Amino acid sequence: MSLKRVAIVGAGITKFMRRAQETGRELSYYAAKMALKSAGMTLDEIQCVAESTAPDAFDGIHMNGEYLSDGAGGWRKPYIRSYVGGGSGVFVVNHGWYQVASGMFDTCLVVASEKMSSCHPHPQGAFLNIFDNFIERPLGCNLLWIFALEMNRYMTVHKISHEQIALVSVKNKRNALDNPAAQIPEKITVQDVLNSEVLAWPVHRLDISPTSDGAAALVLASEDVAHKYTDKPVWIDGVGWNLDTTYWTNKDLYYPRYVEKAAIMAYKMAGITDPRREIHIAEPYDPFDYKELHHMEGLLLCDKGEAPKITEKGITQRDGAMPTCPSGGLLGVGNPIAASGTMKVAEMFWQLRGEAGARQVTRECKTAVAQAWGDLMQVGTVIVLRK
Amino acid sequence: MPRKKVAVIGYGIASYGALSPEVSYKEMMYEACSRAYQMAGVNPRKDVDSFVTCSEDYDEGTSIFDEYVPDQMGAMLRPTHTIAGDGLQGVAAGVMQILTKRFDVVVVEAHSKASNVTDHAGLLHFAEDPAFTRPILAHPYFLAGLEMRCFLTLSGNMEIDAAKVVVKNKNNALKNPLGVHSANIALEDVLASEPSFEPLKKLDEARLSDIGLCVVLASEDVANKFVSNPVWITGIGWCSDSFQPERRELCWPAYAKLSADMAYQQAGIKNPARAFQVAEIDDTFSYKELQHIETIGLARVGESGEKLEEGAFGIDGEIAVNASGGSLGCGRMLDATGLFRLIEVVKQLRGEAGAYQVKNARAGVALSWRGIPTATGAVCVLEV
Repeated sequence: MSLKRVAIVGAGITKFMRRAQETGRELSYYAAKMALKSAGMTLDEIQCVAESTAPDAFDGIHMNGEYLSDGAGGWRKPYIRSYVGGGSGVFVVNHGWYQVASGMFDTCLVVASEKMSSCHPHPQGAFLNIFDNFIERPLGCNLLWIFALEMNRYMTVHKISHEQIALVSVKNKRNALDNPAAQIPEKITVQDVLNSEVLAWPVHRLDISPTSDGAAALVLASEDVAHKYTDKPVWIDGVGWNLDTTYWTNKDLYYPRYVEKAAIMAYKMAGITDPRREIHIAEPYDPFDYKELHHMEGLLLCDKGEAPKITEKGITQRDGAMPTCPSGGLLGVGNPIAASGTMKVAEMFWQLRGEAGARQVTRECKTAVAQAWGDLMQVGTVIVLRK
Repeated sequence: MPRKKVAVIGYGIASYGALSPEVSYKEMMYEACSRAYQMAGVNPRKDVDSFVTCSEDYDEGTSIFDEYVPDQMGAMLRPTHTIAGDGLQGVAAGVMQILTKRFDVVVVEAHSKASNVTDHAGLLHFAEDPAFTRPILAHPYFLAGLEMRCFLTLSGNMEIDAAKVVVKNKNNALKNPLGVHSANIALEDVLASEPSFEPLKKLDEARLSDIGLCVVLASEDVANKFVSNPVWITGIGWCSDSFQPERRELCWPAYAKLSADMAYQQAGIKNPARAFQVAEIDDTFSYKELQHIETIGLARVGESGEKLEEGAFGIDGEIAVNASGGSLGCGRMLDATGLFRLIEVVKQLRGEAGAYQVKNARAGVALSWRGIPTATGAVCVLEV
């Protein structure tokens, strides 16, 4: 336990879309406004702001956190932007957690936004600059290449077929049909995934989440004040984060050991010793369909190589025993990098409160986990929520 | 924040002056962190619970720069994250982590490889609002010229007072091994230097330098186990005013005022003018030192120039302001600047400042500003 227990008391989200007319500041504003409204609060009651957005190269704005500050409600408040690449969306909630758990603040507004569409001709161009200056950049590599390597390694080690992996894409895109914020909800089949264009073998177009604009926000409150704002606080009982080596070429990509370490950190804090029994619902990070499986294993929700099997059995469906990505995930809702991780935490908040509407899972849920991943297949960020 | 809960137990510096072609940022980080760990007596693989680094992608020339930090810090497969902000904001993150009671030792790192940036003004251009400010296509320092004029007019200080800050800091820096922009300079030199954005002149502007910096923070429970001379962080505050230049407080920066209020309240400081022997406060531009002195209550409004003339801010004065030489003498170090100021206060409180040691230093304050075009700053109060 920490000095102060911290609850989520409100959540907000914008629609995720390919090309928003709004600026990142405006998207932040809409998500923050909705989160405050859902908590019945005004900005005056917020004591500090934790913000995150992924690479500045998308918008072409240096010190993008400064630019977004007033849209995110940070005007003349203690405001900090934290950052761990693709893992930022869950990390920023952990960041908000330590701001409140420290006893320094009673309330914190957490805002994550991403505006990828400003990057022309395609945001993938911004990723050319994430690689090592000397060894990798001269190859002109992009993200799809390295994730194709990882997917291939995962499939090879565990003898997993593409059909098994494609089931994740089918599930998540269908789950997203019930999500009003979703960008690409779709009813597709495994065959559709296999027939879609090969981008970097074995990655096909329908294995991947889209590029998106969007924002998500949460309101955090300490145990001392949470009950003032809601009768149904959702407690942040565990947080974890972990950063692996820069030299991704020197490790075996079949298993995300950094996710495991982050998960263990969060489970230990939450007093969870048997995650498979004690966790009822999960939002593992799914920018690619194989990543959901990869991350379920890293989160210790099943044995290594078992995630495709429990997916085939329907256990991860909304009416299954361990629903994963009931929101529709990044594959269905969209992937505005930082905002997508915060969206996952917001979805767990709504599920635990029984407010997920058509997306509400069948089983009774008391404990949830959300996770994000980023950098050069390198960082895991995990949060455990309880009602 | 209760007093004496979090301490600085070690710091490390890897100084490379204005140009550092012989060393990479990774090597600078390794050197700074190794020194900090050695001073604190911590093993990064066993004793450190969390690592915080401070950086901005554009300064580094690499997107998602936090990818490149863990190995050289001993932070591989450990809880590590980046604050896209100033070093003092990174320290704030570390302090809060320790206060949760889930972490005992946190490392905060920041560095500057500013010499890799071929066009710093061009880079700052990208930090301006793309719709409202960037299209003006002016060198971003025009904002400092406007602000300086506003401050001098409203506070009653004179242009010559700002020039005296340059003389003091560049001369102080002669005594500091980090003083890469030190100079035995006279008032006339400053006043005669080329105007850049009137009343701002070339010598009123801090130049850039390269450095790697690291501090080790520890909780009250373990600080004394590692070292016998912890320096306690008794207050820390940070704040952002509006990003739009036209909507922010130009003369009396709200980021400094509100950050100081927060830090002073935690530290129980009622009369800041009498609370400190040492102040390391932002002097990215000469007038900024005076503006910050008056904004955070180290002198009354309009009095800082006069007190400077009397020597009140000298190394042997009432409050030694930028005894290190500050940014005018040691260079602006991008987002490592705040950590530099904190380390300079720590040096003074530990009695390790050598030729520029302030006598009987028991309490100090560090103030950082993220620079043009931001309105973000932080204040940290340190005591022994």
